[in-house]
Amino acid sequence: MRSVCERMTEGRETVVIRGGRIVDPATGRDETGDVWICDGRIAEPQANQSGATVIDATGQIVFPGLVDMRTHLREPGYEYQETIRTGTQAAAAGGYTAVVCLPDTSPPIDNAELVRFVRDEAGGADVRVHVAGAATRGRAGEQLAEIGEMAAAGIVAVSDDDRPIDHPAVMRRVFEYTRMFDLPVMTRCEDRRLIGEGVMHEGIMSTILGLKGMPAAAEESVVARDILLADLTGGRLHISGVSAAGSVEQIREARRKGIRITADVTPHHLVLTDEALRTYDTHLKVNPPLRTRRDRETLRAALAEGIIDAVASDHAPWSFDEKCVEYAAAPFGAIGLETTLAVVLTELVQPGHLTMLQAARALSLAPARILKLEAGTLRPGLPADVTVFDPQKNWTVCPEAFFSRSRNTPFDGRKLVGRTTWTVVGGRVLRWSETS
Amino acid sequence: MNADETPRLNRRHLLGLEDCSREEIRLILDTADSFKEVIERPIRKVPALRGKNIVNLFFEPSTRTRLSFEIAEKQLSADTLNFTASASSVVKGETLRDTARNIEAMKVDCVVVRHSASGAPLFLSQCLERAVVVNAGDGAHEHPTQGLLDLLTIRDHMGRIEGLRVAIMGDITHSRVARSNIWGLRTMGASLVVCGPPTLIPPDLEATGVEVTHRLEEAIDGADVIYALRIQLERQQGGLFPSLREYARLFGITPERMAHAKPEAIVMHPGPINRGVELDSAVADGSRSVILDQVTNGIAIRMAVLYLLNGGGEREDA
Repeated sequence: MRSVCERMTEGRETVVIRGGRIVDPATGRDETGDVWICDGRIAEPQANQSGATVIDATGQIVFPGLVDMRTHLREPGYEYQETIRTGTQAAAAGGYTAVVCLPDTSPPIDNAELVRFVRDEAGGADVRVHVAGAATRGRAGEQLAEIGEMAAAGIVAVSDDDRPIDHPAVMRRVFEYTRMFDLPVMTRCEDRRLIGEGVMHEGIMSTILGLKGMPAAAEESVVARDILLADLTGGRLHISGVSAAGSVEQIREARRKGIRITADVTPHHLVLTDEALRTYDTHLKVNPPLRTRRDRETLRAALAEGIIDAVASDHAPWSFDEKCVEYAAAPFGAIGLETTLAVVLTELVQPGHLTMLQAARALSLAPARILKLEAGTLRPGLPADVTVFDPQKNWTVCPEAFFSRSRNTPFDGRKLVGRTTWTVVGGRVLRWSETS
Repeated sequence: MNADETPRLNRRHLLGLEDCSREEIRLILDTADSFKEVIERPIRKVPALRGKNIVNLFFEPSTRTRLSFEIAEKQLSADTLNFTASASSVVKGETLRDTARNIEAMKVDCVVVRHSASGAPLFLSQCLERAVVVNAGDGAHEHPTQGLLDLLTIRDHMGRIEGLRVAIMGDITHSRVARSNIWGLRTMGASLVVCGPPTLIPPDLEATGVEVTHRLEEAIDGADVIYALRIQLERQQGGLFPSLREYARLFGITPERMAHAKPEAIVMHPGPINRGVELDSAVADGSRSVILDQVTNGIAIRMAVLYLLNGGGEREDA
């Protein structure tokens, strides 16, 4: 089953999304109603529907457009894994209206020229593409990148992405320097020396499988460091990909003290555990690693509670050849743009771990607020970025049907419920349907 | 042996002992017992696997395991080929999957694989459509034929496995031998205690049903089998223990320490031995040592495993 996409409007038309269940966490609204769009923006309801393009959303759910805080678009440099074009198609098919392109391209996005390149390349894309600039030059963790110039070119965050900034003094400078642009610093918390050659969570499963472990303390100790540095400097800390229960406790405590800190979690950490690695399936090799049931339960509760703000796909495409090797030799990472919404609906909303409002907050409002985007809510006047999905639609994950250029999903063959039916970006409506 | 009566294993490959049932292990041990007689013959050859191709695919240096498999294969009349990584495709950057597919294209019946990556034999078995895979040691995961030959040796000397207390000493973290022994011995009803410095004991090991101690005397006390693992010098370089001297002082098995063991207790080691480190020479060569029996039993076990997995006996008339 493959989605096909049809462009229904070009952006200026008046559109009414009629009769859907509107879920808008910014106002707490969760009720059946209409959403009006005029001239590319959300509009007040109007009496006269004549001339408007009508989307019949009966039985559908209407979210403010989904925002992915962490997407590896791989262009420039790794176009065999993903391109801006294929990655944004995958995003739109998955219900996203905006993604943040991470800087681990080749060359890395550590200067304004590359920020502009990505934004230009994404000009005609199906979703908005924001850019996170590298915090340090070449993502090497040594010297500050030209963050000011990149800020002028429109970056929404700084991040060295999957490379932690090991040196505490460099991390301190990043927090301090970014304050003048009020940019969040998205950090992956990991003590690389403690991890060594680890390839999975350290515990009974690594013992059984004979694989080198990555202890939770390697994450928790750097979470502690970064919280202290954020407190010291007043910088905006965003912890990417929280995976350990101990990290959650520290984030909660930091919040209580009033330290500026936000966090995201991936869908795979909310659903899968290290027990799944029995098959040595390289599609489950991610960093931070899948951890225990206890960690997973803590992450779910923290997301519901808002201690963890957002769900980020951490969409990380790798080619078949790169992943089809023995476990230890495979790279870390999994794709997620085309499955995240449905995984959240199926595995978290349906069993009652999250309400629909909480799901919309985690997938849309929270990331939009952290990144200070004009998005995440259906308030009249804002750009019309809207996601409509069918919450009853059953489907089975089939990597061959992905728009993404890569196939490395940890959810291959999983039965999910919930599928994108319309995405609206700045008033431009795309309709998604299926061929068999 | 008649084809109809040939007992079979309930599996296509032998990747580890973790999921082997008591019945399967007993079948392998009993089959190995019957092959022991062949090993003692003047002409040590049976036609059981005549016409079968077996490739020994060794991506990691090994002398004795490969030699043992090769002897077992030849005594079963299989045609054997050796492939060692350093000399071949790996240097050229070929993936394990491509190597596997090429081997299959050459119509090989069975692949005996040793690899430094845990899980590599499972991966290989997923890449192969027809050939049987025998794990000859993968990373720190499993070394099932070693576990089986150890079980056979224990059964030979003690008359049983169930109810025995087995103490495994040394580097458990990096040891596939320890893991296969833990699974095999647990399944056969032995109780286990492992002993080593905490830096060489993997996390949550107790969850596999073994006791853990860091005091050698405690492990030896009451043990029927004392199994020493090889300690590798690179673990010292990796900072996991301070020196071989200190290791020997804390965990080396000496005649004095053996005085605390049961009088009938046996001493085992997977080889090669670091004499004077994990095992004192007087113990290694002493009356309680069954280390060379392990080596001999290795051939019988490998014959049994290859025979059972490759449908041996089926075409004896051919």
